[in-house]
Amino acid sequence: MHGLINKSIQCFLRDSYGTALWEAVARETGLDTVGFEAMLHYDDAVTERMIGAAAALKNRPRAALLEDLGAYLASVEGLRRLLRFGGGDYWDFLRSLDELPGRSRMALVDLELPELDLREVGGGHFSLVVSGKVPGWGAVMAGLLRAMADDYGALAVIEWEDSGREERIDVTLLEARYTDGRSFELARPQREEAPA
Amino acid sequence: MSFIRTGIARPESGEDQGGLGSGPRHDPALAGVTLSVKGIAQLMPMFLRLDRDGRIVEVGSTLAKVLGENVSGQPMEKVFRVGRGWAPNGGFRGEPGHTMGDAQFEALPDPLRIGDWSALPGRRVYLGLTRHPDIQLRGVCVPLGSDADGVLLNLSFGIHLSDAVRRFALSDADFAPTDLAMELLYLQEAKAAVLGELRGLTTRLEAARAAAHDKAMTDALTGLANRRAFDFALGRSVAGVRHGGAPFAVAHLDLDHFKAVNDTLGHAAGDFILEQVSRILREETRQGDLAARVGGDEFILLLRSPVDPGAIEAMTQRIIGRLERPVTFEGRECRISGSFGVALSSQLEVLEAERLLAMADAALYRSKSAGRGCCSFAGDNALEA
Repeated sequence: MHGLINKSIQCFLRDSYGTALWEAVARETGLDTVGFEAMLHYDDAVTERMIGAAAALKNRPRAALLEDLGAYLASVEGLRRLLRFGGGDYWDFLRSLDELPGRSRMALVDLELPELDLREVGGGHFSLVVSGKVPGWGAVMAGLLRAMADDYGALAVIEWEDSGREERIDVTLLEARYTDGRSFELARPQREEAPA
Repeated sequence: MSFIRTGIARPESGEDQGGLGSGPRHDPALAGVTLSVKGIAQLMPMFLRLDRDGRIVEVGSTLAKVLGENVSGQPMEKVFRVGRGWAPNGGFRGEPGHTMGDAQFEALPDPLRIGDWSALPGRRVYLGLTRHPDIQLRGVCVPLGSDADGVLLNLSFGIHLSDAVRRFALSDADFAPTDLAMELLYLQEAKAAVLGELRGLTTRLEAARAAAHDKAMTDALTGLANRRAFDFALGRSVAGVRHGGAPFAVAHLDLDHFKAVNDTLGHAAGDFILEQVSRILREETRQGDLAARVGGDEFILLLRSPVDPGAIEAMTQRIIGRLERPVTFEGRECRISGSFGVALSSQLEVLEAERLLAMADAALYRSKSAGRGCCSFAGDNALEA
């Protein structure tokens, strides 16, 4: 797994549940508490063990934890901004989701994100099929899409389903511009935020 | 200068608008189609239409935002600084063909005449913004239907994209969906984030490397250089002398009565003494000298400041005097002393690190035999080594 993904999970656990929990997870997983380097690669099994340990320690279902991870990712300012480049409103954003893995590969050639297949059902209904190397990306994407709907100020119902065969997210967009959402200027903020 | 042509564009004449040497080719108009201003603006939000007198007729929505005022009817020179790609009517100095002779210049497309200026259709032209001198737009110019219709330019921000987006508060709606501006801005931010991570990684690796280096070169208890660091420094000093560098001296110090303190008061007391000794050595040596702990209660000073036996003698006496001051550890008094043996690099005809250390060792042995707490210099003939 790409170190960036592992480090994102590490930051999520630390920022959401505190340093003590992260250190407990690191111990359970057999990791140094310093954690991951974002630009290195790690064995996939490490990621799985880390998520398992965190779910057990927080006594939360794995999927719920992953949904929270998705929402967290959309709240990290640098990442939120990159996501907002997807489109001017939530409608455009949804329709640019297919391009998300390609976009991230433009920046990091070796970053393997799940393939996203967006189908426009009509009448504001979209369905997004998520196929990743490891299961659980559907939950992450569902959390991320919910958070981004808030960010854009859209009113949408987002449901997630893992049939065992495929992970699918159903999005019903009721109103693309329900509230003003959070502000987004194309120009990069002058004072850069510290990387997560 | 017979090759300079001042004719205006005649697209209907069917002459080639393209590059060098491709010969005349028919360039038909779009069959029976009229594009609306709105349609053109959607394709090219940065379009600029000029009449043949060089006056602004229409601008695209994004260009209007950039110019910030109604510019219709104004001469282009009032709003733009004419940059590369334009020539005063009658000349294209510096364009390909100028030095190549008539035949090749003949192959250039006919320049478009716009007011006092000419531009080559299909080639890059630059227009600076009068109100924002640091931003220059890059574009391309094509003739419209007839001479009277003037020309159409499509402009872009080129390398000034980020500055322009900030300056004019542009959003993705200000760019045509075909424009790669969004991808460029996205990449710029993503790249900055990746670089930040890499810089962090490099900083952490550098700190780890420095820590590992210090650990490999210092004595953990006293923080003085260890044997390895001393051998390294001595080797460099020896090599320096061989290449005509400054002479130096080594002073070997062995603590006296240290074993007794260690045995009767315990290791903690012993460690305490060693820390005191290292502090004294650090304080008494000069900058450029190196104090190393090379054994349990053995130290060597590499004295690289100007070598003066009298000054070295005085320094060792000061150190011995301070070592002999009793110190109290957990209420109990500890007393030690030290013996020195000193050898100078200048004492050896052919300088070798091992022989120099052996000489200092022999001198130290003499100090011990003479009743400890004193300093001896290696004999000048060096035979005792």
